[in-house]
Amino acid sequence: MATLHTKSAARAMMAPAVIALFVWMIVPLALTLWFSTLRYSFYGIDTPFVGFENYTYFLTDPRFLSAFQNTLILVLGVLFVTVVGGTLIALLLDQAFFGQSAVRLLVLAPFFVMPTVAALVWKNMMMNPVYGVISQVLAALGLPPVDWLNNYPLLSIIIIVAWQWLPFATLILLTSLQSLSEDQKEAAEMDGAGPLSIFFYITLPHMKRAITVVILIQTIFILSIYAEIFVTTGGGTSSSNLTFFIATLIQLDGDVGTASAGGIVAVILANIVSIFLVRLVGKNLEA
Amino acid sequence: MSAITLRNVSKRFGDVVIIPGLDLDIRDGEFVVFVGPSGCGKSTLLRLIAGLEDVSGGAISIDGRDVTETPPARRGLAMVFQSYALYPHMSVGANIAFPLKMAGMDKAQIEKKVQGAAATLNLTDYLHRKPRELSGGQRQRVAIGRAIVREPNGFLFDEPLSNLDAALRVNMRLEISELHQQLKTTMIYVTHDQVEAMTMADKIVVLNRGRVEQVGSPLELYEHPDNLFVAGFIGSPKMNLVTGPFAERNGARTVGIRPEHLLIDRSGGELTGTAGVSEHLGSDTFIHIRLDDGQSLTARAPGEFRLNHGERVGLTPEAGRLHRFDEKGAAIR
Repeated sequence: MATLHTKSAARAMMAPAVIALFVWMIVPLALTLWFSTLRYSFYGIDTPFVGFENYTYFLTDPRFLSAFQNTLILVLGVLFVTVVGGTLIALLLDQAFFGQSAVRLLVLAPFFVMPTVAALVWKNMMMNPVYGVISQVLAALGLPPVDWLNNYPLLSIIIIVAWQWLPFATLILLTSLQSLSEDQKEAAEMDGAGPLSIFFYITLPHMKRAITVVILIQTIFILSIYAEIFVTTGGGTSSSNLTFFIATLIQLDGDVGTASAGGIVAVILANIVSIFLVRLVGKNLEA
Repeated sequence: MSAITLRNVSKRFGDVVIIPGLDLDIRDGEFVVFVGPSGCGKSTLLRLIAGLEDVSGGAISIDGRDVTETPPARRGLAMVFQSYALYPHMSVGANIAFPLKMAGMDKAQIEKKVQGAAATLNLTDYLHRKPRELSGGQRQRVAIGRAIVREPNGFLFDEPLSNLDAALRVNMRLEISELHQQLKTTMIYVTHDQVEAMTMADKIVVLNRGRVEQVGSPLELYEHPDNLFVAGFIGSPKMNLVTGPFAERNGARTVGIRPEHLLIDRSGGELTGTAGVSEHLGSDTFIHIRLDDGQSLTARAPGEFRLNHGERVGLTPEAGRLHRFDEKGAAIR
């Protein structure tokens, strides 16, 4: 079917989508690049060209370093919790038990909760130092309450985001677990491997590809976390990630120029991360 | 080296009885083939012996030691799966080494044993490849390699050749038989292919619906089938089963005659009919004949034998080669 005719037809059919996507991407990128070279503030009248000045402002801002750090901690923390936790929950759900399908559905539930709502629920119902569930439990155990959002803002956000993404990781890892042939586990059992050896030598290598997919997709989304920070801590150096910091530049400082420069820096950083990831993941996705 | 004994072993899945209760003795060093149609419980029986399934009742012992509750790894048996069950992310060498690694053997010794197994199975050049880069026959050999490095007391084969093409199957059949001659270890082999059973076995166990229909050497089963099921299952093409006046003349409800024991004579015989399709294989000719009372028979003529479609023929069974069965299907001797 791969004749010259079908090829050109395919190109013609795909062209509108490709062009639309390209324009969708290139116009905002070009505008941001352009704004990043202007002294463009809500509080100034002129927008003179200043070259790379905005980039210097952005990169030397002490908030940039903390935001960059927070972004890394947030992404790595959430990835760690969701991949390890997701694997364990998937292993549990892979067992046959009564009410399996109902439990699987329930495990998925957090994924359907909107980020803002999830953050509000966690902030007010779970983590509130006075009447939050966690404090109640701690009190019942005779332990002092913890003011999560004030004392451990970044950890709190990691917990909330991890809670939201755990179902996704679990789902992907569970499907991968289910595709592991029973024969291989039985062969390993005959070969004298115990449950732990079977997990590390057979199950985990089999799940490698699914784990890479989880890491790749989650990284993309967790780099741009905004609502959870906005609702819970409202930012600040201890919990702002790059996305939130750049938004702050516009919302609080009214500085479109520096914010645009920050946007471009974030795009470059995200690309560096994605190059590493694609290299790492690409190897696992082959074959 | 081990003798395996099954006493009143049964298996149920919920309400479904797969094996109602079965006794079997496998002597040390024997090559035993479980054969039977799909769903007869032969694979289940193998998995019970392996320990991959728990018995619902009865006892299994290996060399006099009761292993009914022993986990698979400690029974000292190695298994080759129908799907080969190779570990896809490990190289051929790592696959073969896996049972030794699990046994905690030191690296140098593992290396030596893997090289030894690879040499036996012609896999030396492939040790660094992944299973997916191998052909079906090579994968099969890796699976066997993984089984032999452990030097188990017995081998279990679960339809190991069913995923191979016909030519390779004949080859691997010989290789497995050769391996049995070399190792002299007990082997249990499951297949639905009676040709594999006939060619490889010291002892064939014919299973039907979880029951043992007959146990014996290939020739015993061929020459003296205990019942209609075994008579129809063993031998290719199938034994002709004739009922009616001819059977009654011979004092039986059903009479079995193998195609190779029918003499064809155009001038007439004990049975008469019309020739149908002839299958010319070169070495033999199989002729399908419809008897006058409507029953179909297959006759084998050695070499080339010309018979036109629709021609009248007479058939005479070779003396002493008739198998007689009563109304319950049991052999009359």
